Amino acid sequence: MKLTLKIWRQKSTDTEGRLVDYVVDKISEDMSFLEMLDVLNEDLIKKGEDPVTFDHDCREGICGTCSLYINGRPHGPTRITTCQLHMRTFKDGETITIEPWRAKAFPVVKDLMVNRSSFDRIIQAGGYVSVNTGSARDANETPIGKEIADEAFNSATCIACGACVAACKNASAMLFVGAKISQLAMLPQGQPERKRRAEAMVAQMDAEGFGACSNTMACVAECPKSISMANIVSLNREYIGAKLTSNQV
Amino acid sequence: MENVLDAKIPEGPLAEKWSKHKFGLKLVNPANKRKYDVIVVGSGLAGASAAASLAELGYNVKCFTFHDSPRRAHSIAAQGGINAAKNYQNDGDSVYRLFYDTIKGGDFRAREANVYRLAEVSVNIIDQCVAQGVPFAREYGGLLANRSFGGAQVSRTFYARGQTGQQLLLGAYSALSRQIAAGKVKMYTRTEMLDTVLVDGQARGIVTRNLVTGAIESHAAHAVLLCTGGYGNVFFLSTNAMNCNVTAAWRAHKRGAYFANPCFTQIHPTCIPVSGHYQSKLTLMSESLRNDGRIWVPKTKEDAELIRQGKKSPLDLKEDERDYFLERKYPSFGNLVPRDVGSRNAKYMCDEGRGVGSTGLAVYMDFSDAIKRDGESVISAKYGNLFEMYETITGENPYKVPMRIFPAVHYTMGGLWVDYNLMTTVPGLYALGEANFSDHGANRLGASALMQGLADGYFVIPYTLGDYLATIGPAKVTTDHPAFKQVEQEVSEHISKIMAINGTKTVDEIHRQLGLIMWDYCGMSRTAEGLEKARMEIQKLKNLFWTDLKVLGTHTEMNQTLEKAMRLWDFLELGALMVEDALTRNESCGGHFREEYQTPDGEAERNDDDFAFVSAWKWEGPDKTQTLVKENLQFENVKLSKRSYK
Ligand SMILES: Cc1cc2nc3c(=O)[nH]c(=O)nc-3n(C[C@H](O)[C@H](O)[C@H](O)COP(=O)(O)OP(=O)(O)OC[C@H]3O[C@@H](n4cnc5c(N)ncnc54)[C@H](O)[C@@H]3O)c2cc1C
Ligand code: FES
Repeated sequence: MKLTLKIWRQKSTDTEGRLVDYVVDKISEDMSFLEMLDVLNEDLIKKGEDPVTFDHDCREGICGTCSLYINGRPHGPTRITTCQLHMRTFKDGETITIEPWRAKAFPVVKDLMVNRSSFDRIIQAGGYVSVNTGSARDANETPIGKEIADEAFNSATCIACGACVAACKNASAMLFVGAKISQLAMLPQGQPERKRRAEAMVAQMDAEGFGACSNTMACVAECPKSISMANIVSLNREYIGAKLTSNQV
Repeated sequence: MENVLDAKIPEGPLAEKWSKHKFGLKLVNPANKRKYDVIVVGSGLAGASAAASLAELGYNVKCFTFHDSPRRAHSIAAQGGINAAKNYQNDGDSVYRLFYDTIKGGDFRAREANVYRLAEVSVNIIDQCVAQGVPFAREYGGLLANRSFGGAQVSRTFYARGQTGQQLLLGAYSALSRQIAAGKVKMYTRTEMLDTVLVDGQARGIVTRNLVTGAIESHAAHAVLLCTGGYGNVFFLSTNAMNCNVTAAWRAHKRGAYFANPCFTQIHPTCIPVSGHYQSKLTLMSESLRNDGRIWVPKTKEDAELIRQGKKSPLDLKEDERDYFLERKYPSFGNLVPRDVGSRNAKYMCDEGRGVGSTGLAVYMDFSDAIKRDGESVISAKYGNLFEMYETITGENPYKVPMRIFPAVHYTMGGLWVDYNLMTTVPGLYALGEANFSDHGANRLGASALMQGLADGYFVIPYTLGDYLATIGPAKVTTDHPAFKQVEQEVSEHISKIMAINGTKTVDEIHRQLGLIMWDYCGMSRTAEGLEKARMEIQKLKNLFWTDLKVLGTHTEMNQTLEKAMRLWDFLELGALMVEDALTRNESCGGHFREEYQTPDGEAERNDDDFAFVSAWKWEGPDKTQTLVKENLQFENVKLSKRSYK
């Protein structure tokens, strides 16, 4: 396959960026999208041109590091992570536009790499159960029905890639935040801090500059881990419930 | 110079060693803990659990990761599960059995006392993780579910679908996040440790590079913990994440920490085969699949040939035209033999010309019987995400046609030598998780790396570190000390030297070549002749690195090529040591298979009389041969037996 790539190039956070055209040739269908970019980068280095910076690590859809906005969609045309996307999805001669996530809370570091530390700070605000090492009781003393465990698991599969934010016209992080809040709200372990958690995580989300939920479900449509709308519904419920009966004064 | 290492194994009966030792360790009183600073490099299972637990105790922790978030450490990718001797299934498991399986699985090249402790604390790990809200798989009654893994005949593996590492890491990450919020951990992301700083022979800090700005910085502390993962990427292609590397451990090695058993690498039998020259990494298909997947190749070379040419499909072969070679050769363990045995046998089949796939470098893993027995929905509930992943990568549907699998480099048992307290040969410098060599001997059993990482971080280091800190006292060394300036300068010079080469070869080109050498000569099977060849080839590559490497850009900005180049140099030096290590170990054990030492039926032939020791290597300088220092392994509780899975 021969492809034209329009890639966002930006030297650093404070500089202006622009789309630059590149042509790659002899791309195999079995290559992953990132391997195609590796090929481009090898060519660029050989030619003495600065290779394209992009984030990636596990290349198997679990670490949440890869984050490319491909032809106007986070992670590209299918609902999997960029690293799992294979070139058989594209056609010979196609032009592919590759940009970084766009959101105020995700500033560009360089080229296609963004800073998602705002997600970490949201978790730090309350996305945990306060239990010190060594103070736990026997695991089977906390039975949890399989249905609930499975549902909590579904929420827990979020990989914090940020595709939800990139997909949303308001750059809202409700799906990400909702997934963590729902997971812990469903489990007995999460009960003691349930209200405090919802309030603190939402407050941090707002402080980071994420937008309000646009209710268009673009996030759900793009989430590579199929985190469902129920998580946003639950977030709203948890948050309103917490506010109404808040024990924070 | 001492020639034998003292592992500081406590006296007393095996089962009492750890409790007695804990009691004997010095304590830092709660009010004094805040006077101590601890550096934790790495935020995978080992690093995150250690950083969180130490901060909970009151120490001031600084935690470093080159990732953009602590949650992205390579541990996130572990699929299959974590072992623990809970015996919830009432199938005869016990701490002793887990200990025994692990020692035997490691082909009797691990330290008894460490492995016993690991088995002992395994039960606490599960409790801790459940308390954090880790959603392990459960039965309808609400209790925890288990499955079995290779090298064991009991069901003791806890799992969270095919994403156990993710869920465990998110648990540890949440504990870490809580301590960051509490101000007890200061987290440094996108920051790479490039060297260790010693003051008066003690580890007192590190030098780092800020990956965004390129700034070289120093950090001082009372102790340094390296939780920096394994070095499988020395092979270029492996199941490890792309950025896994040996730099932290290797640079520490060059400052005096001995490197143990570097040639003990694990080749995992069930990975998706290589598809082309552009391949950047290999994907593991979890070992848990071997619970239900049956592994086979065509009985005849002719059928295999027709399949390779695409003229026959595996579905055309009848039951009696298939060779379920693991079931045939190892009737009692069958498809659940340990990884090294599984890998080697797949290789034999392909060597015989019975491999499948277009390259002939693959065997089948077939789920049709399991689907017939349990139904597609049961199989999908167990392995759905793995099947999907397989289909995404290969374009084939494993519910319909058998998976094609082939061995790939997966885990490194070798690592920094540590004593029973997890301290390296440099006082104050510790190594945890995959970065150390401690518990897996010559071969690691499935589901035991997660266990070890969390055991080290949650339940061992919080005790053993206190003893050291109480001994050295709270007096601080600051980064103004000339030792820090000296190391900063050396790090900067190394970077400048790489930036100045300005040759024609890319980092990946050289790295791929290194990978091929390692795979061909220091991979699944090794010979003295091959290893000697590898030694020369690596030397050539090292020269090529300094004469012809091309790194563009500057070092004062985000520069991924520079990052990779530095890691590659450390891999080249490590690769050379792996070859030396493999050459000196004139026996076959676990993942180290020397063709010269095998039984008539092709099984590994250990030599306990001459090689029941850990090989720890001491750095002697850039162009000098490293010195081999031994830790003799004493087996007081298990009888060294021939490892048989027949
Ligand atoms: C695909 C796959 C599946 C696996 N499945 C299982 C399984 O089912 N069960 C099991 O028990 N084991 C499994 N393993 C093995 C297991 O996942 C690893 O051995 C284990 O997670 C390693 O944890 P760790 O904390 O030691 O290192 P890692 O998780 O690799 O973490 C290393 C950390 O160190 C940091 N770091 C490294 N170098 C530096 C540096 N120079 N400067 C700053 N930071 C640095 C990294 O950023 C990272 O945070 C699997 C491994 C793979 C590859
Ligand atoms: S690189 Fe890990 S999810 Fe894509």
